[in-house]
Amino acid sequence: MERSTRTRWTTRRPNNYSGLALLKHALRKHENWQRAWRSPEPKSAYDVVIIGGGGHGLATAYYLAKVHGITDVAVLEKGYLGGGNTGRNTTIIRSNYLWDETSRLYDFSLDLWEGLSQELNFNVMFSQRGVLNLGHTLQDMRDIERRVNANRLNGIDCEVLDTAQVQQRVPLLDCSPGRRHPVLGASWQPRAGTARHDAVAWGYARAADALGVDLIQQTEVTGIRCQGGRVLGVETGRGFIGAKKVACVAAGNSGVVAAMAGLKLPIESHPLQALVSEPLRPCLDTVIMSNAVHGYISQSDKGDLVIGAGIDAYNGYGQRGSFQLIEHTLQAICELFPAFSRVRMNRQWGGVVDTCPDASPIISRTAVDGLYFNCGWGTGGFKATPGSGYVFADTLAHDRPHLLAEAFSVDRFTTGALIDEHGAAGVAH
Amino acid sequence: MLQIHCPYCRETRAEEEFCYAGEAHITRPPDPRGLSDEAWSAYLFLRKNPRGLHHEMWRHTAGCGRFLNATRNTVSNEMLETYAMGEQPSVPAPGEGEQR
Repeated sequence: MERSTRTRWTTRRPNNYSGLALLKHALRKHENWQRAWRSPEPKSAYDVVIIGGGGHGLATAYYLAKVHGITDVAVLEKGYLGGGNTGRNTTIIRSNYLWDETSRLYDFSLDLWEGLSQELNFNVMFSQRGVLNLGHTLQDMRDIERRVNANRLNGIDCEVLDTAQVQQRVPLLDCSPGRRHPVLGASWQPRAGTARHDAVAWGYARAADALGVDLIQQTEVTGIRCQGGRVLGVETGRGFIGAKKVACVAAGNSGVVAAMAGLKLPIESHPLQALVSEPLRPCLDTVIMSNAVHGYISQSDKGDLVIGAGIDAYNGYGQRGSFQLIEHTLQAICELFPAFSRVRMNRQWGGVVDTCPDASPIISRTAVDGLYFNCGWGTGGFKATPGSGYVFADTLAHDRPHLLAEAFSVDRFTTGALIDEHGAAGVAH
Repeated sequence: MLQIHCPYCRETRAEEEFCYAGEAHITRPPDPRGLSDEAWSAYLFLRKNPRGLHHEMWRHTAGCGRFLNATRNTVSNEMLETYAMGEQPSVPAPGEGEQR
């Protein structure tokens, strides 16, 4: 207790994080680290109010301030920053999507990931360890070849590996013939990888705060006030907050927020689960995904195996899922990696993902002037965090879709110009 | 795992015997050609997706194979009732009249 009373939190803007700063603070027993961001009282009005303090919302706030000079921005979060799907996913980052529109968006995001730690002065632990998407049947391999060809036409680094090449990269993977899920090959994207999910939220939060964005936690939006087809602001647990523009980035709860403005979205919310094992010595230096067996696995820097399952088929807002899905996923993982059969699992959790009928996101203006939605990322939004924030901020700032966001307007469900990414997004994240 | 009562088998069985089949009580428009693009899109893609009570269909795939309706709370996963196809729910969702 004495220790905590001696700690003096300063209210200054965060200093630069660096090796020298670390040394300086080490000499002072680490007692004067400044808070990473402020906790301000909400003002009565803002230029832009962002609903949802996850990675996408915080990234949107950061790029609004950084790229467009719009700093009169509040991010409203009902819980704590990054406590929703940002803190619940399996942190896989890749851009090997099938269609031009999606692969451009995700590859733009991957480009931003590559410079993100420097940009934010916050180590997001982006590790380009590559991603393998396994094929277990001849049809899997045809789909993989088609997708890799499409990727290469879009300038995305992808190649098809055969069984021997997969085995060489992943010695623990059981590639022997006659298995229940024989490994016939895989697609391989070397630039793909993983990042530290919390750090992404914290890095964007700290950088946005430093530019003047108000991050307001524990404040739930309970209504959206509109008049004459134009948004006026949001009702919250702490009173009304006026806004010229309101941007909703609420993932699984997007439909609930849309209903507050009398809008309907083509979105259904589903539970999606993941789990981690006890920490192990390094044994898996890449990311393995398999659509056919509904499982994906990597090893975190801490050493635990991070395993993801598929979504529950039913709609759900409880942040948990069905046990049999976990069982199916682990059966598949143990088939692929017999060596993991006696690894003990540490924790299991669920998030609520907002899925679109075509497995592509919605980045869009709406019928209400000044109200924008960025949602529908479904099972794979984490990888898109920087790109999503960047193009959404641009869309907000100019009140017209960013070039990369044009195809993702909600209008596509009326015009029929769907972007079917079930093959690339399906189970894989 | 959910426990679901099949109104045809008259037995409460584990979720694994069933497949989820989406929102219930959606009627296919009698004249699709007469619809606007917006109305057709709404029929195809817009779902209630409520945070709370939901009327939905399941199919007893590993049992009688028949479709059934259920009222479930999407937050707590509590199954309030199941009822046969063609019947109406006895528990209305908020904002829903009794008339449906």
